[in-house]
Amino acid sequence: MSPPLPAAARYVSIEGIARRFPGLTVFEDVWFHIERGEFVCLVGHSGCGKTTILNILAGLDQPSAGAVVVDGREITGPSLDRAVIFQGHALMPWLSALDNVAFAISCRHPDWERGRVREAARAALARVGLAQAAERKPAQLSGGMKQRVGIARALAVKPKLLLMDEPFSALDALTRGTLQEEVSRLVTEAGQTAFMITHDVDEAILLADRILLMTNGPEARVAEIVHNTLPRPRVRANLHHMPGYHALRDHIMDFLITRSRTLAGRPPEGWDARRPPVVAPAAA
Amino acid sequence: MTAAVPVWRAAALSLALLGLLLLGWEMAVKAPAASGPAVDPELAALLSPAAAAGGQSAMPAPSEIGARLLELLSDPFHRRGTNDQGIGIQIAWSLWRVAAGFTLAALVAIPLGFLIGMSPLLNAALNPFIQVLRPVSPLAWMPLALYTIKDSSVSSIFVIFICSVWPMLLNTAFGVASVRREWLNVARTLEAGRLKTALRVILPAAAPTILTGMRISIGIAWLVIVAAEMLVGGTGIGYWVWNQWNNLSIADIVIAILMIGLVGLALDRLLGLVARAVAWQE
Repeated sequence: MSPPLPAAARYVSIEGIARRFPGLTVFEDVWFHIERGEFVCLVGHSGCGKTTILNILAGLDQPSAGAVVVDGREITGPSLDRAVIFQGHALMPWLSALDNVAFAISCRHPDWERGRVREAARAALARVGLAQAAERKPAQLSGGMKQRVGIARALAVKPKLLLMDEPFSALDALTRGTLQEEVSRLVTEAGQTAFMITHDVDEAILLADRILLMTNGPEARVAEIVHNTLPRPRVRANLHHMPGYHALRDHIMDFLITRSRTLAGRPPEGWDARRPPVVAPAAA
Repeated sequence: MTAAVPVWRAAALSLALLGLLLLGWEMAVKAPAASGPAVDPELAALLSPAAAAGGQSAMPAPSEIGARLLELLSDPFHRRGTNDQGIGIQIAWSLWRVAAGFTLAALVAIPLGFLIGMSPLLNAALNPFIQVLRPVSPLAWMPLALYTIKDSSVSSIFVIFICSVWPMLLNTAFGVASVRREWLNVARTLEAGRLKTALRVILPAAAPTILTGMRISIGIAWLVIVAAEMLVGGTGIGYWVWNQWNNLSIADIVIAILMIGLVGLALDRLLGLVARAVAWQE
């Protein structure tokens, strides 16, 4: 168990955010951080406010209390520094794959001329293996290809933080597996800091350095932080042969099945929302 | 279940029906009336010598209308005084008024619809006005327009404006208001400015809905111009119809009806082509 880092070293710091409605507190006093180059997954059941937390990080939503600090600055709204890969691909259907990516790049670099923007967009599509489909409209792409364009668009603006809201949940299992490995590769290559919401336990184990477990709502909180000590590179095909994998998976499954419910509601005596327990089941 | 029908079969049936209609019409008109003249003898005398003789109805036969159509189309743009101008010129006058009124309406309705669509406050504030003014027959504005504008041609342009503005306004507002939140969120996370978001995201997203409004508008405008020109007179296909009624040339009226239909079809097709160009599918 590593001691908590001094606040200054934390690249992304979520400080006591809450989301309250009259008569309903979705989550309260949520603290966690993401280090530079780290991949953090948030796992929890529906209704615990996962998507709200991601939207707050993106700047698309405001917390009822608390703040988010990215690279030393409190965020005030959406920014090119925090790119989002949406659950639905959110591509604009009237633009070709290339133009969807080019639109993002032209927002990042308003001073670039058209040719340069398109060249960069072409390169971004090539990185996700879509060079051949650049001119196609989203309607002519498969679900997996659309999400690849979404990934290319998000990475093309070179964000400080990549946010993913269950990006593969709408895809079939086979495509999902391929894309997970693709994202793993792209994020590692770029040293990209990333935050992902998922309820696919294997996805979290494959991708994440740390996995945040949230209790059920209302009044959801980060109950535990799981360190994923499985060595990289991880490959989906033999993930389940890695030593420690089963301990890790069982721990998360147990949490999702029972403890997310039994821990919900009032926190236990001596609970410190800023320092939830950290465990590393795979290291044992 | 309807199976796909080959185009030529539908076309053949259409032509057969048309032939049947024209043949029936021709025979009905040419057939000598069994019990005396079909119309009042005095009116018949005015309409045509043949009708006055009692041998034929006052209604012109398709063959006569066809001959008259060729005659009119052989010199559509002639100008011999105010009351004798070619049918092409009259249609051009009507088209010009529709184009002017429609363009003005688009220039007002699309930006205003954008604002209404983006602002729930404006939407709620302007809705009562729109709801009250929209059902008013455009011709009801005519006296007011004539009184304030004092020019009959500009007044009919105003009437076209007022009747085409509503469908475009409502459709633009609806299209803009129903742009997917996720596309707007994409624009926000990319820090696209207000103008860039409006032109590159909202406009293309709402374009098919806006075009539907424009297509409804041009249809209404073409309906209304005929009535407006009948009222104010002077020039235009509506005026021409009324003038031919005063001249009791039924054949010309039938030709005008055919022309109005064909031009209306062409206008609709034109906007249909634009709509196809801006359409997108998910």
